[in-house]
Amino acid sequence: MIHNNLFDRYLVGESPLHRLSPIVKVVLTILFILSNALLPDGHWLGFGISWLVILLLNLIGELGWSFTLKRSFIALPFALAAITAIFALPGETLASFDFLSLHLVATDVGLLRFFSIVIRSWLSVQVAILLVTTTQFPDLIHALEHLRLPRLLVTVIAFLYRYIFVLSDEVLRLLRARQARSASLPNLRSGGSVLWRARIAGNMVGQLFLRSYERSDRIYNAMLARGYQGHLRTLNRHTMHSRDWLILISGIALLLILQIFTRLIG
Amino acid sequence: MLFSPTPLHIPDGFLSLFVSILFWVITLITLSIAVRRTENIDEKQVPLMGVMAAFIFAAQMINFPVAGGTSGHLLGGALAAIMLGPWAGMLVMTAVVAVQGLLFQDGGLLVMGANIFNMGLLTAAIGFGLYKVADGRKRTLKLGAAGIGAWLSVMAGALFTALQLWLSGTARLDIVLPAMLGVHALIGVGEALITVAALAFIFNTRPDLIEDAESPARGGRGWVFVGGLISLVVVFLSPFASANPDGLERVAINMGFIGQGADSPFSLLSDYTLPFLGETGLSTILAGLAGILVVGALIYFLARGRVKTA
Repeated sequence: MIHNNLFDRYLVGESPLHRLSPIVKVVLTILFILSNALLPDGHWLGFGISWLVILLLNLIGELGWSFTLKRSFIALPFALAAITAIFALPGETLASFDFLSLHLVATDVGLLRFFSIVIRSWLSVQVAILLVTTTQFPDLIHALEHLRLPRLLVTVIAFLYRYIFVLSDEVLRLLRARQARSASLPNLRSGGSVLWRARIAGNMVGQLFLRSYERSDRIYNAMLARGYQGHLRTLNRHTMHSRDWLILISGIALLLILQIFTRLIG
Repeated sequence: MLFSPTPLHIPDGFLSLFVSILFWVITLITLSIAVRRTENIDEKQVPLMGVMAAFIFAAQMINFPVAGGTSGHLLGGALAAIMLGPWAGMLVMTAVVAVQGLLFQDGGLLVMGANIFNMGLLTAAIGFGLYKVADGRKRTLKLGAAGIGAWLSVMAGALFTALQLWLSGTARLDIVLPAMLGVHALIGVGEALITVAALAFIFNTRPDLIEDAESPARGGRGWVFVGGLISLVVVFLSPFASANPDGLERVAINMGFIGQGADSPFSLLSDYTLPFLGETGLSTILAGLAGILVVGALIYFLARGRVKTA
């Protein structure tokens, strides 16, 4: 059995966002994240407008307005690293305290930086989620090829995506086998020392390596049998129509206007 | 959750534009060399690299309980480089990081250059370089070298992640550096144990694969130098910076890495601004581009020199 749902983030749909050329979607996603990075700290208006754009895109994609919001909390744990920004920058002192041997001074500039970082990251994650929910991953890979990524790298990514499903099933089998042999009685330790456990995990990795290696041999032979000539082919040409160009250009124009506008206001 | 996000996957927004673009350029130049070095080998290598990328991805799901509900698992950069050669290992790890970022938002897109550098390029270079030290020696020595390489590769990733966060003005060096290095000193032990055990398993069952992996065509003795150099930086910079973060800060200021402005830690060419875009926007990019060109040219010529001598 193949666990598609573990890895596939695509939601089937026929919305204008789903039908838009993946090339346009990839370029605009990256430009949107770039635009976030370009907004100065504390530009709440700019951040707000960017979020409204995301909400709107959620609706255009027929996902319901809060879809990306609900899925966007994955980057939150990393915010821990940014908390130290509150104490990193010189500015007006808000509070100061000692922690272990560190003297920490929270400043207004630092606090502003912290919230700006978290919001930027949160907006960027949402737009990336939007990209993968409305674009099938194989189309995304083709878009990367059209964007002149080295063919070898694109092919490796395509293979990775093709065989994650197969190999993760292999892993699940290995894990299940370990589970089945790891009986434990109540109140009794089971499973040996940490060192021993690590060796078992290592053996499983080695086992998985051999299975993958041998599988790649079989795959290569099968590919040769089907006329493989060194690169993967696609039936979907992904040509850019005038509509795609129009959306690409207006998207870029909107982001430019956002950048200029927020600076004129702020 | 089958794959656990490690603190090494930096999300978008946590690195400044300058640092993001700088590491994209370093990564792209290294990758373009890697593509050229692997492209012309036999086409059989292509499905092998693809399946190996899926292997690393899947192997990261294999964990083992350590203590208190935490578990150790593999990053895989060192293992990939040892088994496939450094260039192929880098490409495989790049594909893994790219899919994690693109598909699972585990790591950002604008900062992906930094993520690939930390988790793919550094780990492969160190892992392979240190393994090559024990070239032609006894098996135990090889496994020991692989273990040290695996541990150091994780530490290098942690060190560079901390430095990138600090240079971006996102974190305070004297907190983020000891925290990252401390956590990853443990995670690295898990990495080393799994890598050594997996290699020992392959040594026992398919020694022919190890012989393939050790052929000089995959990567020559020059990698000992590259891996050793990065390892030395990690070994000497980590304790120095942890014990004396002010010292590193002073060096960075002296070298012109950190400007005076609180708003943007980077104002190398602070006079170079476009009026309507203000201080931080395009001006930073332009300032960054100048720095990047210098760094890029340096890396390119160093790498070309290495390719010729290899």
